[in-house]
Amino acid sequence: MTAQAHDSHDDHHGLGHVLPVKMLAGVLGALLFLTLVTVITGSTYLYGFDLAIAMVIATTKATLVCAIFMHLRWDKGFHTFAFIGSVLFVGVFLAYTLTDTKQYQGDIRAYSIDETANSAFAAPLQDPIPHAHDGDDHSGEEAVDH
Amino acid sequence: MTTASADAHGHHGDHGHDHPEHLAHHFDTLEQQFDSCKLGMWAFLLTEVLFFSGLFVAYATLRANNPEIFSLAASFLDTKWGAINTVVLLISSFTAAMSVRNAQLGETSKLKANLIITLLCAGAFMGIKYVEYSHKWHAGLLPPGLENSMFNPENPWVPEAAHHDIDYLKLQAEVNVMTPEERVHTMTTLGRFFGVYFFLTGLHGVHVLIGIGVITWVLFRANRGEFGPDNFTAVDLTALYWHLVDLVWIFLFPLLYLIA
Repeated sequence: MTAQAHDSHDDHHGLGHVLPVKMLAGVLGALLFLTLVTVITGSTYLYGFDLAIAMVIATTKATLVCAIFMHLRWDKGFHTFAFIGSVLFVGVFLAYTLTDTKQYQGDIRAYSIDETANSAFAAPLQDPIPHAHDGDDHSGEEAVDH
Repeated sequence: MTTASADAHGHHGDHGHDHPEHLAHHFDTLEQQFDSCKLGMWAFLLTEVLFFSGLFVAYATLRANNPEIFSLAASFLDTKWGAINTVVLLISSFTAAMSVRNAQLGETSKLKANLIITLLCAGAFMGIKYVEYSHKWHAGLLPPGLENSMFNPENPWVPEAAHHDIDYLKLQAEVNVMTPEERVHTMTTLGRFFGVYFFLTGLHGVHVLIGIGVITWVLFRANRGEFGPDNFTAVDLTALYWHLVDLVWIFLFPLLYLIA
């Protein structure tokens, strides 16, 4: 058992690469730290860069998970290539859809203004409904309902 | 165990002589078998990324066209629960990665412990999701098609006074000062936000539930002592799946909870 454990520290023998506990724990620490950072930056006004900063932090976290936890750094390059490829295609999907919908926002707004009268929200929101038993019955049944 | 050592030391030559226990007949070597499994798993993970991307794009287009309404919508989500769930999922990802290490080294009892911690974290995640969902259900923060949704354009749900009405009163204060056109647009878009919210987190939650099932299966196999240096593929691939579930949440958390 000891001999095998020793063997598997070498990249070129055995089936996979065994990651040291210290490295895994370090990645967890970094991920938790970045979560704290994103909660703080997310609740602060960052002059319009909020989304960009949140996405940079999320991408950093994702890279750590992919490279270390998912072993991509020691894995076949093709897996990384294919995974990044899929993310790039998501980017194409996103970019084309965004530019396309931007083009029709005017029409959508015009249509929803035309349809305003058909919506219940043309009128202000009603006040919450007064409790059914208020006024005529104070026997304490209300508490039971809850 | 002896076959494993033999294989680790000379995997190019001796596979024909003593057939390793876990090698399927249609593969030449354990290495080839392992690589094939990994390639298949990564191909599956790519389809998962593309699967989720449809909902992410729906989110992005709605948000890009209505940024201020999305910040209002996010203020109805509880950052505290979102952050706790992020931490829970990150810890479970760590224990999943540790369980791969344990399986590779043949440390069965540690493997079982790490799998159990992963399962507990997954359960905690779903428990917190339940708390969040039930709050939204009672508060009427639901997709507009549902009868008890406050965004239902035909028959909006109105809460009883002092009974699940905190979010409603906040929304009322925001939208009742608007023009009718603006109010209709805002309420419609908020309804869509909660549609996207429930579909994205719901699809993610389904993945967590499937993960719980798969990890339980791996745990049973670990309990039978099946895993070791020459046979840890099931643990490895399950961990890869679990990391993908974590990856999706890493993006969901800031996008849904942190835009207020």
